[in-house]
Amino acid sequence: MAAGRYLLRRAGFALLLVAVVSSASLVLVRLAPGDATAAEALEMTAEERARVRAQLGLDRPLLAQYVDWASHAVRLDFGQSFLYARPVSDLLGERARNTAVLASSALVLATLIGLPLGVLTGSRPDTIGAAVTRALSLLALSVPPLVAALLLVLLAARTGWMPVGGMTSLAAASGTWGAWLSDVARHVPLPALALALPFAATLERVQSEAVADAVAEPFVRAARARGLTYGDAVRRHAWRASLRPVLGIYGLIIGSLFSGSFIVEVVTAWPGLGRLMFDALRARDLYLVAGTAATGAAFLALGTLIADALLALADPRVAEEREP
Amino acid sequence: MTRRASWLILALVVAAILGPWLAPYDPGRAYRGFLFAPPMPPRLVGPAGLQAPFVYPIRLVSRLDQRYEEDRSRTVPLPALVSANTGGTPVFLLGADSFGRDVLSRLLAGARVSIGVAIAATVGALFLGALIGVWAGYRGGWIDELLMRAADFVLVLPVLYVVLVLRAVMPLVLPASTIFLLMAAIFALVGWPVVARGVRAIIRAERAREYIAAAQSLGASPARIVFRHLLPSCGGHLVVQATLLLPAFILAEATLSYVGLGFPDETASWGTMLIEASNVNALARFPWTLAPAAAIFAVALATNLLLERSAIKLSRS
Repeated sequence: MAAGRYLLRRAGFALLLVAVVSSASLVLVRLAPGDATAAEALEMTAEERARVRAQLGLDRPLLAQYVDWASHAVRLDFGQSFLYARPVSDLLGERARNTAVLASSALVLATLIGLPLGVLTGSRPDTIGAAVTRALSLLALSVPPLVAALLLVLLAARTGWMPVGGMTSLAAASGTWGAWLSDVARHVPLPALALALPFAATLERVQSEAVADAVAEPFVRAARARGLTYGDAVRRHAWRASLRPVLGIYGLIIGSLFSGSFIVEVVTAWPGLGRLMFDALRARDLYLVAGTAATGAAFLALGTLIADALLALADPRVAEEREP
Repeated sequence: MTRRASWLILALVVAAILGPWLAPYDPGRAYRGFLFAPPMPPRLVGPAGLQAPFVYPIRLVSRLDQRYEEDRSRTVPLPALVSANTGGTPVFLLGADSFGRDVLSRLLAGARVSIGVAIAATVGALFLGALIGVWAGYRGGWIDELLMRAADFVLVLPVLYVVLVLRAVMPLVLPASTIFLLMAAIFALVGWPVVARGVRAIIRAERAREYIAAAQSLGASPARIVFRHLLPSCGGHLVVQATLLLPAFILAEATLSYVGLGFPDETASWGTMLIEASNVNALARFPWTLAPAAAIFAVALATNLLLERSAIKLSRS
């Protein structure tokens, strides 16, 4: 019961987030100096420019324009992009998928690297493996996605092991769905790894601390007393108990995963949501900015929601607590 | 290790402050004949055996693919660090960029800009965070509720996007000094919530203690209680936050400038320098353009080391 109400409240917050973020970005860009016609301003007469502005709806008062946009947006119609001359929703679907591919690959990669290593360093802190892992994790934590992406592009360009950028190669563009998938699979490791490194290190740290705390609990000693080996006690009991802080961190990571995803998309020419929003901002493409902001916020809210739901599942006490 | 990390940070800050005097060349000066000149490693052992530090000069072999060769027939003494422009053959210890500008000199000049913005932004974020945190924590009630809700909201947002939007809605072309202030202000605006939440929590906890009641009964004014008694207990929190924010802001500057929303190209900052590395072919052939990335890594590593050690110390005590 409590869990249901808890999730409902979180969903309400998510909706609010999407609405506030997209509205705020629309209003901010509208109020910003320069508009979508600024780039061609020199080639147009004043009358022509006024006509284009009227066409784009830029001559209306802010409030009228906003109300019009919002009433369409609630029906998921985000208007027309000035820059691409296509409906914003079409663009969003495609780019959102690409960002989702990148971010989820990075998250999976970070989890696969971070959690097992964290269990190792947390449960056997005095081994050589743990010492090496801790040193590597400190290094990885200090390599922000911008630096990691540049380094990996350098590595890829010098060795030819991986494609240096993009999401698909031209050759595979016309192929079948399977060919497309395998082509994307070839392109994704580089940006995903660049994005995953600091998060893998963070997860390793949190997992390590959580396991170290859990191992010190009496129930682990009890399990040992019943004759379980140390490894079994860690795997079956301590690891389980350590899940709560680890799941808690996922909700916090999602925001920075998005931030990191933007710069990785720019460096590796990954056609994702971040680049789209950046291009839209520079071109003062009002509706596209608002659309990307709404989609980004929706992603963010969904990610936090999933993380919260997992957390509530793993530990029902969470839902009972009042929100901070 | 803590000591080494502190020394590293200190060295970087000193380099940032003294940059213009340490730099061997004018960071803006373009040596036309030395586009993408490779780094010239300083040597001690030459044809005449051990001698004063020197480098072998380089010679352009192929203009088409910008290839240079060391000229082993003569040696050039290392330029004195304090810049007396030697004329003659320039010595690029870390190579030159696409305009033939000295990477080392630009790295030093850039340190001043990048670390400067980050320090200004950190001070701003700490000030704003402490102000809001104290206000919320001391007053309590609906103000507390409102301010902390606002902090939570900002915390949820992906920081970089907020920075991007705020910067992008400003005029794109601005003088470098305006951009410096603008960036610091924007960073401070997204950086305050964590600071404020921590300060508020500490103030709330401390307020309930007996010594505050004692101070109040002695007739101390709220201002005196806040500044004399409550704020000092937030010191540790503020120091930790500063250590976290500084590298994050350095990275934010680099990111903004890299995508063209930061400093103008001709201003040397770690971000504008990385623009040189945005072309894959140039990056693959002239990897020394990544020097600022190494600097960013060094700052992040040093601060992470500091934080790690202080965390261990805290958990032991």
